[in-house]
Amino acid sequence: MTEILKPGTPDQLCEAICWAAAKKVSLETFSVGSKRSFGRPVETVYRLDLGVFAGIELYEAKELILTAGAATPLAEIEAALAEKRQRLEFEPPDLGPLLGGPAYRGTIGGAIACNLAGPRRIKAGAARDHVLGFHAVSGRGEAFKSGGRVVKNVTGFDLSKLMAGSFGTLAAMTEITVKVLPAAEETRTVLVMGAGDAAAIAAMGAALGATCDVSGAAHFPALVAAASGVARVAGAGGAVTALRLEGPAPSMEIRVRTLGDLVKKFGALDELRSADSARLWREVRDIAFFAGDGPVWRISVPPATGAQAAACILNEIEGKIFYDWGGGLLWLALESVDDAGHETVRAATAQHGGHATLVRAAAEVRARVPVFEPQPAPLAALTKRVKESFDPLQVLNPGRMVEGV
Amino acid sequence: MLMPKPDGQILARRGDIVAALRTMVPHESIIVDEDERRVYESDGLTAYRQLPLIVVLPETKEQVSRVLAYSHQAGVKVVPRGAGTSLSGGALPLADAITLGLGKFNRILEIDFANRCVVAQPGVTNLAITQAVEGEGFYYAPDPSSQIACSIGGNVAENAGGIHCLKYGLTTNNVLGVEMVLITGEIMRFGGKHLDSGGYDLMGLITGSEGLLGVITEVTVRILRSPETARALLIGFPLSEAAGDCVAAVIAAGIIPGSMEMMDRPAIHAAEDFVQAGYPLDVEALLIIELDGPEAEVTDLIKRVEAIARDNGALTLRVSQSEDERQLFWAGRKAAFPAIGRISPDYYCMDGTIPRHKLPVVLNRIRQLSARYGLRVANVFHAGDGNLHPLILYDANQPGELEGAEEFGADILKLCVKVGGVLTGEHGVGVEKRDLMRVMFTEDDLKQQQRVKCAFDPDGLLNPGKVYPTLHRCAELGRVHISRGQTRFPDIPRF
Repeated sequence: MTEILKPGTPDQLCEAICWAAAKKVSLETFSVGSKRSFGRPVETVYRLDLGVFAGIELYEAKELILTAGAATPLAEIEAALAEKRQRLEFEPPDLGPLLGGPAYRGTIGGAIACNLAGPRRIKAGAARDHVLGFHAVSGRGEAFKSGGRVVKNVTGFDLSKLMAGSFGTLAAMTEITVKVLPAAEETRTVLVMGAGDAAAIAAMGAALGATCDVSGAAHFPALVAAASGVARVAGAGGAVTALRLEGPAPSMEIRVRTLGDLVKKFGALDELRSADSARLWREVRDIAFFAGDGPVWRISVPPATGAQAAACILNEIEGKIFYDWGGGLLWLALESVDDAGHETVRAATAQHGGHATLVRAAAEVRARVPVFEPQPAPLAALTKRVKESFDPLQVLNPGRMVEGV
Repeated sequence: MLMPKPDGQILARRGDIVAALRTMVPHESIIVDEDERRVYESDGLTAYRQLPLIVVLPETKEQVSRVLAYSHQAGVKVVPRGAGTSLSGGALPLADAITLGLGKFNRILEIDFANRCVVAQPGVTNLAITQAVEGEGFYYAPDPSSQIACSIGGNVAENAGGIHCLKYGLTTNNVLGVEMVLITGEIMRFGGKHLDSGGYDLMGLITGSEGLLGVITEVTVRILRSPETARALLIGFPLSEAAGDCVAAVIAAGIIPGSMEMMDRPAIHAAEDFVQAGYPLDVEALLIIELDGPEAEVTDLIKRVEAIARDNGALTLRVSQSEDERQLFWAGRKAAFPAIGRISPDYYCMDGTIPRHKLPVVLNRIRQLSARYGLRVANVFHAGDGNLHPLILYDANQPGELEGAEEFGADILKLCVKVGGVLTGEHGVGVEKRDLMRVMFTEDDLKQQQRVKCAFDPDGLLNPGKVYPTLHRCAELGRVHISRGQTRFPDIPRF
């Protein structure tokens, strides 16, 4: 029987965590729980509902900052930003549907805690690059803060980086300040048709190494392209490589032409504008091609090695792959297999450098297979010491990332 | 500035320590003589000096590992040092500590255009990275003003900035991988040529940790394609408020320039006298706004920014018509610090960050403080990101002026925090702002940061006396005191 604690103030949150520490019981934290199945399963008798820490507290468009409760829905933040023609530059994905839930329920705290970022990661950075500061309560039940509300700050250790990607295992965040940026006036997408994986990696590399200022570079092998909701991509009848340009409208014609000239040797060209362009990049961002319930891996490698890493895996096991981040991010969907093919996937990251995360799999698979890249012993020991520095009694989400942490 | 009291036992064992180090690194890598050690007695914050116990200049990461493991076991403190350009005393030696200089780590190990990154040893200068790749049209974005001298390892340790931070980020946003040796001698790698990592973002934590967590022995940075073009506008305003409004209006129009720099009247005059950049002298504030990117985009944006500047009451406005002219616009700004050095025997450079819209309030208050302390001040401002550098003019030979300048500086930084900003935007806390940390952080905030240090350095041997005003023992910090939570808090709803 699970009991849910729902503190109403930061002070009550401290009380709740102190109580758990004194009782030596663990807490699973959540607000809407849209990413509850991301990470190793956590089994606790008590769950800690952080949903009360919601709402935009401060949005200063001219200062390019926004402060909100950690449980504020991303949809609410994005709507407020859109009114001022701004956005979260790291393009946080909506993993709801991928993880078998409804769309648009994720929170800013969840996006930061999982360090999620979309296709613009290559240009704008990840969630971790946009967190300016936060308030939280540690596993010791102590309220603390780090960072600030300005974009340039080196005062003290940058604990915001540690919060990003810690999956709630260090502290329960209550308030987060992020950097926001103006939305691009216009978006266009240049499509290259029919390139093989290796050629596509070369095309994306050429585009990213050019002066066109590409803000998205993805490649869909034929099977994945066919699953797109964008007719020109689905109907291409083969592989499609997509390159996104964003910027002021008057410059767009020329930039599209320059980019086209650069990549036309890799295949026939096509172009997506406004709605279709936005739709395609939303599909990439949200991994919309991989609806279903089989295992899905997120594999980050040096971009130039993307095609080789993919070949390593697909030679061993059956699956579908598409590439984001110019080849540096592989999304791999497998038919249901017992061990989610983790040995094959990790052999590829071991060979090429990088790391792999099992984003979707049945709970019993995630309990058995390392969800995050296993670490060498000294790094694993350091990780454990960092966890203990925030949460020595293992109160917050123990085992969510690694057993014993 | 009070530094931790030197440990008499360590001072007494100096000879033994030198003998032990000689078994780990080549003899010529150990500096014992007082005259040679004097070179290392200070960094860019020259007001503070201290002879180090011993200076060691290792050549390989294995040597670094051996020296650190020995220090750990023997209980000897270590102060890591890059190029020694810190403006906050981050590399200030301690009388009972080894200064570990990374100057011999001066090679670029790999240039990888396919993955758009460079792997370098920590002693390579910031500018050398750009120079190594500019032939192919690439560059490394963060450009602290000391870039000709400062090292990439030091940049990571301090999370160095520069004038392009709003658009291109600080060091932390441009580092892909770090190799670091812990005080135990363990060699760790974080990140690589790929993006992000599967565990805690320890690389992000290390960046800006000011030498308190370990010694960096290798850095992988991302390189970017140089913009097709860059053009600058030089805009004079009758009031700093108008210049501030112009900056806000540019951002409100959805434009993020490559850089936006502001100078006040004293800074404009000093710079113009020094380099004759053609700055207008009858304005209160000067903005340099640089747009970079694809040619077509820059041409369009220059027109828009020009219109915004005129709407906000610009008195003078020039657009660079050639690369030479763009460089000339920058020449004055880049020479601002030495230009101040010409008109004052000494100056003290501050580094707070403020919300941009607070600039007029802060400048007014600085003027009042200037009158109260009887010390002149010139302001240069990274207007895009809110990072303010007041330069306090003083003469160290006049009794009391240095102390006055320090007090004035502390008042400015407290003001920055009061208006919603922070103590340091890019220079680091070091020893300089250490005792002001409580202005910004509570005791619990600081304790949590120090507990993280304990996870890396449980005996507090790495760069002690920097960043944190109070040294706590890790055992004491680690203890769990639960004074609350003994009752089942009837107030908290449960379901």
